[in-house]
Amino acid sequence: MKILVPVKRVVDANVRVRIGSAGSVDTAGLKMSLNPFDECAVEQALRLREAGVASSVTVLTCGLPVCQDVLRTALAMGADNAVLIDTANATPDSLGIARLLHAFMTADADAYGLVLCGKQAIDDDIGGVAAMLAGLLSWPQALNASAIEAAGLGWLVTCGDDAGTATWRLAGPAVLSADLRLAEPRRVTLPSIVKAKQKPLRTLDAATFNVALGTQMRIVEMAEPAVRQPGIKVADTAALLDAIGSKRLFQNVGA
Amino acid sequence: MRSLVVGEWEDGAIADATLRVIRAASERGVPVDVLTFSSAMAKAAACINGVGRVLLASDDVPNPETLAALLQHIASDYSMISSSHRSAGRAALPRAAALTGNAFLADITRVVTAQRFVRGLYAGSVVATIESTSATLFATIRTSSFTPACATGGEASIVAIDAITPFTATVLMDRQAAAQDGRDLSSARVVVAGGRGLASKENMDTLGVLARNMGAALGASRAAVDAGYAPNAAQVGQTGKTVAPDIYLAFGISGAIQHLAGMKDSQIIVAVNKDPDAPIFSVADYGIVGDLFDVMGELDAHARATGDAL
Repeated sequence: MKILVPVKRVVDANVRVRIGSAGSVDTAGLKMSLNPFDECAVEQALRLREAGVASSVTVLTCGLPVCQDVLRTALAMGADNAVLIDTANATPDSLGIARLLHAFMTADADAYGLVLCGKQAIDDDIGGVAAMLAGLLSWPQALNASAIEAAGLGWLVTCGDDAGTATWRLAGPAVLSADLRLAEPRRVTLPSIVKAKQKPLRTLDAATFNVALGTQMRIVEMAEPAVRQPGIKVADTAALLDAIGSKRLFQNVGA
Repeated sequence: MRSLVVGEWEDGAIADATLRVIRAASERGVPVDVLTFSSAMAKAAACINGVGRVLLASDDVPNPETLAALLQHIASDYSMISSSHRSAGRAALPRAAALTGNAFLADITRVVTAQRFVRGLYAGSVVATIESTSATLFATIRTSSFTPACATGGEASIVAIDAITPFTATVLMDRQAAAQDGRDLSSARVVVAGGRGLASKENMDTLGVLARNMGAALGASRAAVDAGYAPNAAQVGQTGKTVAPDIYLAFGISGAIQHLAGMKDSQIIVAVNKDPDAPIFSVADYGIVGDLFDVMGELDAHARATGDAL
């Protein structure tokens, strides 16, 4: 069984983005990384391969050739091969990405038994692609997974839920999305980076898939959030209670 | 065109989250329908102020795949289908969007017009206004950004809709609620949250006791959850819950941008941290630089004294 891990290149989690003079986020010169949730998905896929559940791990990204760096990172972690779907001038939204993934999986000779996504990208914070792809494939889905285990011809997946966790049994091939706590990503070593350069990385032209990539959403304005007024330091608990008013702080006591 | 809200049922009533989504949807200025999953739920939904029509589906809450198929079936009647930004909606709505070739937006914080919405990007570092040209926009709503619609005063009609063939390849095996100290995190007026600075699960448990004594909810930073001090469901932040209580008390939380994303809309933020340079102080209205256990103990004493006086 082969695993497909779709990944995204994003501004590094430790970088604070700012709105540029053009009124949009200027990412030029910012440190870019493999989306942290996708990194966990890659790690989980590798562990499934190492456990003998899967035979190979393919990582894929949709974007410009510059995105090859995150594919190389995933290859250095241990993925077997990588695919870049070059979107050129198109800027697909979540649905466009899901359609590209679906078209790729339909056209590719490899039959994938599992798609492991990150639960959201840390730039647009939408988290739509996994469920969209599952819908297009008519496959079962489980999002925000914190544990995955192969069960017969399917999967047993524990997912973060509103009030705790939920465990789902999925029959057959499935699309899952990874929470950060699914699997701690391994460190990439220098020899593995060198070795990754020899691993196969295919580039495919998005236009050859003949899917609609036009977005149905347009950002009309970007702004930085209102800054909170600077607060004050108080010396101790008594001063805090004076400042807030203990009535307000303890209004729910006994309620 | 109309809006549809996917309803949720909690403790024998329409969920507070659903009332807030109805408020958000009604701000589009078009009639709002509510999708329900039992006749009791339909009756309650029909009483909500401002609801135009109540759709009654099967007598059981469907799994996300089945819900998506159901939404696909009725999507053409609606220009927007929304739900709270919680597990069920986050799973079903994007799937339904893909099945119908429509767009999906997550975690909307403001409704500008029927087609324009505001939401955060980059963990809330950027606020974007987005215009949708999707025939039916599928969207989850940040409930803490909207007030609840009034649960009474409405007289909507109830319409039963055709049953859908259930998607059987996904089966819920088990649902485990994490042990919860104090109130529900998403609706509490006071939240007491702990970070790595608490240093142990025992100390987090003590903070939970304080939360309970104060009538507050217990939250936690990702660092504290990852360290095993608190359950996942208590996590506040970019990838956890987003809260906007009247008062948010942060104990031993440094204040990474990912955590601030989940709590910076709180009315009053109090930070207690021994590091005077912790970023949490940049958003705090009141800060105490010092030993958090002292402050916890003193607040607990006040809470107990207040409780005894009642």
